[in-house]
Amino acid sequence: MYELLASLAQTWGLLLFVFAFILVLIYALNPGAKDRFKKAGRMPLDDEDEDNG
Amino acid sequence: MRNLQAKTPGMGADATIIGGFLALGAIYALFIAARAVDPLMGFHAYVFLSAFIAGMFALIVRATNPAPVDESGYQTAVVKAGVFASMFWGVVGFLVGVVIAFQLAFPDLLYFDDLAWTNFGRLRPLHTSAVIFAFGGNVLIATSFYVVQRTCRARLAGGLAPWFVFWGYQLFIVIAATGYLAGVTQSREYAEPEWYADLWLTIVWVVYLLVFLGTIWKRKEAHIYVANWFYLSFIITIAMLHIVNNLAVPVSIAGSKSYSLFAGVQDALTQWWYGHNAVGFFLTTGFLAIMYYFIPKRAQRPVYSYRLSIVHFWSLIFIYIWAGPHHLHYTALPEWAQTLGMTFSIMLWMPSWGGMINGLMTLSGAWDKLRTDPVLRMMVVSVAFYGMSTFEGPLMSVRAVNALSHYTDWTIGHVHSGALGWVGYISFGALYCLVPWLWKRKQLYSNALVEWHFWISTIGIVLYITSMWVAGVTQGLEWREYNEFGFLNWSFVETVAHLHPYYIIRALGGSLFLIGSLIMAYNLWRTARGDIRATEKQPATAHAVPAE
Repeated sequence: MYELLASLAQTWGLLLFVFAFILVLIYALNPGAKDRFKKAGRMPLDDEDEDNG
Repeated sequence: MRNLQAKTPGMGADATIIGGFLALGAIYALFIAARAVDPLMGFHAYVFLSAFIAGMFALIVRATNPAPVDESGYQTAVVKAGVFASMFWGVVGFLVGVVIAFQLAFPDLLYFDDLAWTNFGRLRPLHTSAVIFAFGGNVLIATSFYVVQRTCRARLAGGLAPWFVFWGYQLFIVIAATGYLAGVTQSREYAEPEWYADLWLTIVWVVYLLVFLGTIWKRKEAHIYVANWFYLSFIITIAMLHIVNNLAVPVSIAGSKSYSLFAGVQDALTQWWYGHNAVGFFLTTGFLAIMYYFIPKRAQRPVYSYRLSIVHFWSLIFIYIWAGPHHLHYTALPEWAQTLGMTFSIMLWMPSWGGMINGLMTLSGAWDKLRTDPVLRMMVVSVAFYGMSTFEGPLMSVRAVNALSHYTDWTIGHVHSGALGWVGYISFGALYCLVPWLWKRKQLYSNALVEWHFWISTIGIVLYITSMWVAGVTQGLEWREYNEFGFLNWSFVETVAHLHPYYIIRALGGSLFLIGSLIMAYNLWRTARGDIRATEKQPATAHAVPAE
């Protein structure tokens, strides 16, 4: 059991994590999302209805 | 969100479910109280019973109250309660810290042969849990409830469920704290509460997760703001860590004692996988969420780089989870596992500093506010402390450095630069922001008192950290010092005696930090009441500046 888990973690697990992280980088650095992220970066500021506390 | 949906409370579905749950809990607690195999379990069963009955009573009072409640806007009452609880537990936790610091300097202090309750060994977990879980936890729950509503433009989900989370969490704190004093402990660092308290916290935490997810689910903004990602990782990972680390078998279903499922080095590794990720996912990602909401809001500047914040988030959580084995250098843990923990700790430096740069640079174009707004300055200094302690941490995780630093006061100093500087100051900043916002006050009671708080506690932190550096390096060097015959140069108790002056300096530093928090509590109390100090200058806070 240990051998199986260790070999899975050291091969497919590692690949899975690297691949997932590459996906994150593509999502974050995608040039098309410029305006969306610019807007997202202002989200705390765009909320000005102080009425609700 | 202003269309009035005022209605009388009555017994909604949420109140009925919680009420039924409390009734079952009360019956079970009464059963355990009657059959308790040890007095401590009996005592805690009565605490649970009282809390459940009080909860049912509160539900009945609410249901029979004819006054309508407006449930259309944001849920702010539970955030207000969280602010109050944070401040209360903060002062308690800091006070106990000062007491045990003086106990280390003067061992006879509060030592009684026939009363163990005030022993250092009993008070020390009370301090660590009070500041991390009672103070920090309440800050995180309160701010997360505030931020998730604001950035999702949606009221908290679950009706009364957020109140269940709030009061359930306070009940856990009371059970844990009274247990430590009375001697209930499973001896796992930062996870001392016994199995029944752990089970209760699991219930509360799952409801917390559901409330948070439910609010995100009904959001009116397409994008989920980065602070919510940080909060979510904190809630989910703490649930996972808490459950796995506390897997244990109770000796009796009506007794307080349990035994861990793990043994030996597996037990140690599970404990430090939990322990270091309590630092990573409780004391870091949760408070980074505060940074990503409150610093832009206070400075009235957008996040410096939103892209960096996404990379920051994912790289931090990918790496942090592996760093725990650095607590077990030179132990029975296999060397490859030690090296793995060390390597990931060093890699962690990059996302940590990426986040620090993102937080600091959010002030670009608003640096002048550091001069005029002590609250913003507190949060910026907090991020600077984050940078410092996340540099120091990877350094100490290197096996050769660890050979000197481990088991010494250097570790204590490192923890407190993170805890007092980073976690403390970002929390203080968030609370100073929240009180005027929640109670709808134009400004704080006194900015001058915030200045006093800032400078007094900053001097306190500097005294604390520097004295522990000197004490730690002294210890590390003396423990490994040999004389010309190959014998150790110092007996252990001699090295302890050498630390006396540093322990006094540390206790003074802690006292200053406590005094600062008392000034803060007074300031916030007066702010909530709507007072403004007569000698105050006009507000220089974010509220005076219109959004661009």
